[in-house]
Amino acid sequence: MSRSRLVANTVAVAAAVVTLFPIYWMVLSAIKPPGEIQSLETRPWTLAPTLDNFTRILGGESFDRYLLNSVVVTLSVVALSALVAFLAAVAVTRFRFRLRTTVLIMFLIAQMVPIEALTIPLFFLVRDLGAVVPGVGLNTLGSLVLVQLAFSLPFAIWMLRGFVAAVPESIEEAAMIDGAGRATVLWRVLFPLVAPGLVATSVFSFITAWNDFIFAKTFIISATENQTLPSALLVFFKPDENDWGGIMAASTLMTIPVLIFFVAVQRRLVAGLGGAVKD
Amino acid sequence: MTTVTTAPAGREVGAHGAPSRAGRGNRPRPWLYLLPTAAVLLPLFGYPLYMLGLLSVFDYRQAQVSGGQPATFVGLGNYATLLGDPRFWSILWQTVAFAGALVVATLAVGATLAVVLTRAGRVPRMLLSLSAMAAWAAPAMTGSTVWMFLFDTDLGLVNQVLGIEGFNWFYDKWLAFFVVGATVVWHSFPFVMVTLYAGIQAVPSSVLEAAALDGASAWQSFWRVLVPMLRPLITIVVIQSIIWDFKIFTQIYVMTNGGGIAGQNSVLNVYAYQTAFGSSEYGLGSAIGVIMTVILLVVTLFYIRAMYRRGEAL
Repeated sequence: MSRSRLVANTVAVAAAVVTLFPIYWMVLSAIKPPGEIQSLETRPWTLAPTLDNFTRILGGESFDRYLLNSVVVTLSVVALSALVAFLAAVAVTRFRFRLRTTVLIMFLIAQMVPIEALTIPLFFLVRDLGAVVPGVGLNTLGSLVLVQLAFSLPFAIWMLRGFVAAVPESIEEAAMIDGAGRATVLWRVLFPLVAPGLVATSVFSFITAWNDFIFAKTFIISATENQTLPSALLVFFKPDENDWGGIMAASTLMTIPVLIFFVAVQRRLVAGLGGAVKD
Repeated sequence: MTTVTTAPAGREVGAHGAPSRAGRGNRPRPWLYLLPTAAVLLPLFGYPLYMLGLLSVFDYRQAQVSGGQPATFVGLGNYATLLGDPRFWSILWQTVAFAGALVVATLAVGATLAVVLTRAGRVPRMLLSLSAMAAWAAPAMTGSTVWMFLFDTDLGLVNQVLGIEGFNWFYDKWLAFFVVGATVVWHSFPFVMVTLYAGIQAVPSSVLEAAALDGASAWQSFWRVLVPMLRPLITIVVIQSIIWDFKIFTQIYVMTNGGGIAGQNSVLNVYAYQTAFGSSEYGLGSAIGVIMTVILLVVTLFYIRAMYRRGEAL
């Protein structure tokens, strides 16, 4: 092995260890018995792993309810965003029309808008909307779905373009010649072919919705039963003494679904990002 | 021109102008497909953006929200208040400096590790890629809580290893920024690493071999060959990082509990939110939001220009 290879390997492994360490520490602290967390002699392992922290948080503070809320909101956002983004991506890759470039630039600009600042007008919008349409006002999960759908769409469309463009048009043309209608071509031919890319793109909608903390914090004021995970996590921070075991267990529960999703679509994601950066 | 050939999402569009099917009597069809998007984005993105601008020229506080008093038009009054407020200026510079430091750190770490990846063996490369994926995937919220725990005053691992139990990292403004910054870089270097790695892979090995034959050292071929070839990609990564780091919110809000002691660690985004929802100064908060949007818009224009320079057809 050459010297430069050896250096590269050492740096790569060291960087991997440092990068992974916070996640290891989170999971480890979640399964440590409370006594070891409180101990002033921290050890990077535990001989008595326990699920106490998990059972404690799932038992009290209606954490299971928050978990369910997060799952419902996230899955709704992912499904809706995939459908809407697919149609839009087909529009901007398969057709050349007036204002096409303008529309694309709008999607790009939308990604840069500081969402946190938009919470101010959105708060009033959601409040007024709730008076007219039930189910999407303040304190509802519906409001979270709508708003997060809006904020995940621009990037989803942007990234999906590459995947739609990668499907040769000749396939659709062949289907048309065989007598398939437009709807059939769209949903039975193109959709399944783009589906892998759609899954990769969904990771970002998933993360947007799953991680959201500002909308949940701002919109869900009084109906605590509609709170989602990220803001529920803040419940464990106490002014006098933080319940680190509980915080780490909750953080682990919140991280694992994203991690699984991410690793599962890892390959396509990198490919898609290459496309998103490139296109 | 450099292209990322590792992407299967190839560029059929563009060069030979694939978006076709126009003029075949389906002129309204793309708009039909864009209809659901418009139905979501116009009311939930466009309209709030317009309202943000509108709120910023009104005196809009708790009394106006509850309907007790009518909202009064103050023109650029809120902006004048901000520009005359030394606190706004200090937070603005603080935001720019913090974002700048984050961009530099993220790029340095990401680019170094991208080069390391190209030279490492299969197993170390896999290990680093997977760990980076995990850091990338970790929610900003949980990343913040874990790093807070690592740097906790009494029970944190860092203090125990350094033997400084009882030391609070979040009292000092700059140390607090340092810890938050480390968390942000941990979250964001994987994007830079993965993108640049893909870019480097796309550089034909013959180019680097030719440089080596001409007697270029590894250092020289990095700065004189790779960097110029990857410049367009680097520009895009830099601008993307600027946009993300300038908007930082969750990490600051969670780790410094809403902006630190007396707001010492506040950045524009947190300041706008706190002004609106903390102090019920909704008009003033909106004005901060508008200023941020304008700054980011300028950055985005550079981004679009950089993309056109790469010969991208949108």
